[in-house]
Amino acid sequence: MSSYKETLFNPIFNKNPITLEVLGICSALAVTSKLETVVVMALAVILVTAFSNFSVSLLRNQIPGSIRIIVQLTIIATLVIIVDQFLKAYAFSISKQLSVFVGLIITNCIVLGRAEAFAMKNPPLLSFVDGIGNGIGYSVVLLIVGFFRELLGSGKLFGATILKTVSEGGWYLPNGLFMLPPSAFFLIGLIIWALRSWKTAQVEREG
Amino acid sequence: MSRDSTRKVLTVAFLVCLVCSILVSVAAIGLKSRQEQNQEVEKRRNILQIAGLYDPAQSVDEQFKKVSSRSVDLASGQFVAASDVDSRYAIPPAEDLAGIKVRPRSMEVYLVEEDGTLQQVILPVYGKGLWSTMYGFIALAPDLTTISGFGFYQHGETPGLGGEIDNRSWLSQWRGKVVYNEQDEVKLKVLKGPVDAAHAEAQHQIDGISGATLTARGVSNLLAYWLGENGYRPFLDGLRKDGGMQP
Repeated sequence: MSSYKETLFNPIFNKNPITLEVLGICSALAVTSKLETVVVMALAVILVTAFSNFSVSLLRNQIPGSIRIIVQLTIIATLVIIVDQFLKAYAFSISKQLSVFVGLIITNCIVLGRAEAFAMKNPPLLSFVDGIGNGIGYSVVLLIVGFFRELLGSGKLFGATILKTVSEGGWYLPNGLFMLPPSAFFLIGLIIWALRSWKTAQVEREG
Repeated sequence: MSRDSTRKVLTVAFLVCLVCSILVSVAAIGLKSRQEQNQEVEKRRNILQIAGLYDPAQSVDEQFKKVSSRSVDLASGQFVAASDVDSRYAIPPAEDLAGIKVRPRSMEVYLVEEDGTLQQVILPVYGKGLWSTMYGFIALAPDLTTISGFGFYQHGETPGLGGEIDNRSWLSQWRGKVVYNEQDEVKLKVLKGPVDAAHAEAQHQIDGISGATLTARGVSNLLAYWLGENGYRPFLDGLRKDGGMQP
């Protein structure tokens, strides 16, 4: 049985769901053009993975094998709808920007992946911690991507001007590519390359 | 009871669904009033933005004090009490240019006044685009034919093509265009391709958006409907006759 500390910190660099398992890429491309939306999305994913892992683990001895994926998805969908309702009530403008991507957390492979691979075999508290760890692992990558995209794409961080753009009378000519989703592909590729050069154990064996 | 027996499967499925649906209902109902309040503020912000009055530094409610909302019965063009808003009118297919089938008998319009004189009239309009119903506002200057602002606040057109109806530089050319010609017909429309400034009707024409021909046709159609005889026309005529104001 692995310890709580390992369960929490392993998914951040050693077993990061985005860089090692290459899961959750869709939302990583879609919501990272601004840090503000990244933070909200990251919190939403952390909450959903943590609580879905917790609930699935509580029920793990009751869930029949034949409908386990359906039960997991029902729990995840419920949590996502609740999060979405809260965002619409308390963070309306951000929820408008995130639009469908909050709802699409349901299909985020990280959430279902952890429920199936971890929570079905481990006790509730440990599963909860694993959910938080994986959520943070996802968030770290999103924050790095969001940092570069917002800085290079619009010269801002959290909406505050860092590099004054030419259109506002400054010197910085923003790189429009960074406002578009494909740039996140390049950034995630670079992050995976950097991480695998640092932790060579993650490099996939050839053949 | 074994874990994979049919009874167990049904019991677990039923209980999980029951608990989840209760949670979702509680969240949805408990937060409803707050969400509706947010949507109302958002709508007001849109009205202010389209009328060119919005200042992000001030609260929306404070700025909205300049704007008064009134219900208008479209057939007669008269102001009515807001409580009459509910009844619905089925549009005869031949008149249904905007493709909306039914509309309320009365619509809520917004008047911007300063020192008792009318500055702008803001009219809600909607109609079918290529994929979706597009909801927007059109703001008219006191002459009730010159556009002082236009924009959509909700639609589901293709991002990058039809979705470009949200493009600010495209929307900015609407300002100053004229809705009615000498014969009082709705002439305003979105072209296919750019406007030729030398053309006799250039003041009624808006540049097309490439890749958005059908969405643009929807925009032209909804303008023709809402600003025409079956839309706000009786109301605008009444407003003009009374020198801009009605009781």
